[in-house]
Amino acid sequence: MYDRGIIIPGLLVFVLLVTFPIWYNRGDAGEVPQLEKPKDAKACVLPAKEMRSSHMQLLNEWRDEVLRTGDRAYFELEGKMYQKSLQNACMKCHTSKKKFCDKCHEYSSVTPYCWDCHLAPVEEDIN
Amino acid sequence: MFEKALKGNNYYWIWLAFLGTFMAIGALCYIRQFNYGLGMTGMSRDVSWGLYISQFTFLVGVAAGGVMLVLPYYIHNYKVFGRITILGEFLAIAALIMCLMFIMADLGQPLRALNVLLHPTPGSMLFWDMLVLNGYLFLNILCGWVILTAERKQVKPPKWIYFFVYLSIPFAISIHTVTAMLYCGLPGRHFWLSAIIAPRFLASAFAAGPALILFVSLILKRVANFDAGKEAKDKLVTIIIYAVIVNAFFVMLEFFVGFYSNIPGHKHTLQYLFFGLEHHGVVYNNLVPYMWGFVVLCITGVTLLAIPYTKRNDLWLGLGAISIFLGLWLDKGIGFVLAGFVPTPLEEIVEYYPTLNEIMITIAVWCTGFFVLTVLYKIAIAVEHEVEA
Amino acid sequence: MDKKRREFLKIAGISTLAGLGAPAVVDRMVSGSFPLAAKAAQEVAHGEKANDQAATEGHGEKTVPTGKRYGMVIDVRKFIENPGMADACTNACHTVHNVPDFGEANKKDEIKWIWLTGYGNAFPDHSHYYKDEELEKNKVLVLCNHCDEPPCVRACPTKATFKNKDGIVAMDYHRCIGCRFCMAACPYGSRSFNWQDPRNGLDMNKLNREFPTRMRGVVEKCNFCADRIGKGEQPACADACGSSKAIVFGDLNDPNSEIRKVLKEKYTIQRKPALGTHPSVFYIV
Repeated sequence: MYDRGIIIPGLLVFVLLVTFPIWYNRGDAGEVPQLEKPKDAKACVLPAKEMRSSHMQLLNEWRDEVLRTGDRAYFELEGKMYQKSLQNACMKCHTSKKKFCDKCHEYSSVTPYCWDCHLAPVEEDIN
Repeated sequence: MFEKALKGNNYYWIWLAFLGTFMAIGALCYIRQFNYGLGMTGMSRDVSWGLYISQFTFLVGVAAGGVMLVLPYYIHNYKVFGRITILGEFLAIAALIMCLMFIMADLGQPLRALNVLLHPTPGSMLFWDMLVLNGYLFLNILCGWVILTAERKQVKPPKWIYFFVYLSIPFAISIHTVTAMLYCGLPGRHFWLSAIIAPRFLASAFAAGPALILFVSLILKRVANFDAGKEAKDKLVTIIIYAVIVNAFFVMLEFFVGFYSNIPGHKHTLQYLFFGLEHHGVVYNNLVPYMWGFVVLCITGVTLLAIPYTKRNDLWLGLGAISIFLGLWLDKGIGFVLAGFVPTPLEEIVEYYPTLNEIMITIAVWCTGFFVLTVLYKIAIAVEHEVEA
Repeated sequence: MDKKRREFLKIAGISTLAGLGAPAVVDRMVSGSFPLAAKAAQEVAHGEKANDQAATEGHGEKTVPTGKRYGMVIDVRKFIENPGMADACTNACHTVHNVPDFGEANKKDEIKWIWLTGYGNAFPDHSHYYKDEELEKNKVLVLCNHCDEPPCVRACPTKATFKNKDGIVAMDYHRCIGCRFCMAACPYGSRSFNWQDPRNGLDMNKLNREFPTRMRGVVEKCNFCADRIGKGEQPACADACGSSKAIVFGDLNDPNSEIRKVLKEKYTIQRKPALGTHPSVFYIV
């Protein structure tokens, strides 16, 4: 192999760099994020497992239904009527973005741009 | 063949470094603009398109101008253009890259640019513009590269490439027609609502593109020992002169329609551009010097190109070519787009002044285009020299 | 390179492309979100209604499927009788929708959904020759006309602005790429662009928390309060006029609606009718 002296060390460095996330934390994935669940509601729009895996798709569907199709029908949850809205439904129960949404998003390094426009509930000062 | 671009004399590297500096400054300026928003430019609610889109409009024309070399050579067998068709194709690549960069710089949400592909809207001319611009870019890259490779290997180009070469000719016409259609189909802007916009665009494109190629080939003769040949240059001069005259004729027709019909919608923008428009006691005339600059430069350029005495002298020929290029840039790259917003749909006048950040980004994109052009021309000429040896 | 290696590379390249692209294409076709398949499905569903509409309105593919078509009549004379009411309308709209205000210093970044302008500016196609005194001083409220044949919708390359089923020209801020083609296309100058983060011009403590703001880089305009009429309320500007009925809002397709009555009884004009945009906003001057 030509330039063996440069290629093999180079390959080793590359492999080390690419697997950096795995060996840097010695296999520890960090603490599972602790979300603060809403106190006064028992169930969400979908079961928790489904929400965890597909709340993004649900929000996209709501967006297209409300904005593009104009279907602003209310839906019922535990006796109360809710709009299909991030601000006016989801955040009415999950009243703290920092203690709920951000916990998982920061852990998985996700920055959804929802909050550039949609207003998160006003955070109370954490005493 | 890229390795050909890696060997050059000092002037080559100094030129690339000079361009690279401006590209770096522009990149920083763009980061500022990306973080703050397009408010860093001089555009406003009433003049919502500025330098970026006007440069894009002009450069689409320059890209289309390459067809004036491809058409005679491939369709009409005009062998004299043989050495310089590659210059036309590579100029189209550089110009199209500049166009696409200007569009990206102008978008409010550039990260969503692929929405145009995800949600195709055949009713929108911007959709077709995106298709034909990228299509023509791809065609030029393909044709230029394959034919240059074949030339280097001293074999005839493969038969299948001619299909793409012939396809690139209607594409060239279509890129500028579609860009013109962006403007001439909008009901609210009377200056743009004219059937002659597309022919005018094509006429000035067929002048500006070849003028730049002529100017660059004169430079190449001095710095790279590449001679396009007297006959080719003479033919280019003929094409340029006729195209400039046709463009001037079209502009004068616009004047006739506006001033003879006396309809304010058609008249006011031309008044704003060439004479200044008075509104509530204030005279708005910030573009007037540019438009008369366009007239003077085009007349000068045509004169220099037409008089045999000056045509024979490379220096005067080059000055003439660059005069025409600059003049047409003033016409399309400054006058046309910016004036479409004056007066506003509510009959007010808001003038536009670019900011320094905006100007630096514009310069950076132009420098990127010339960088790409330099590298591509270096490859083409190196191949020519290699073949001749 | 020998021929066999070339053939291998060609086949490998093409099959990689096919492998990457195929699942996406198949997936979208199956789920119906592929634009053409979805459009075909929509057309089948709305086939009957589309045919009716096509017969009466003579439209092409962009027929409004349902029956509603919202419109507005603005009585300019009542605004003259009630000075300050127009400002109340503007403030109501801009407050409810969190429209930023950047101040006089930054007029170029201005965003306005509804505002007052002179008669000559609102109706440049009408004669300004020897106007009566009232009209000379008149200020007219202007806003997006929610045209029936909107040039902005035709111009938008991503359908981020579209005509919804109620005839309202709506904006999808999620999809807008900020190309501002719609702003160039609008013959009425109704659209504003977010040249900077709109929250720079908003008091974050005084927002309407039921409605989002927008982000920088998207175009916005009046939305006929689609969110409020979805809840059965009147648009904010109509509400701000109180009992004076200076702004009447309703369904133009309903022959018994209040707005149709007003249109039958009063002479109204529209902005730039010669352009064929068929606006939904009428003015009593």
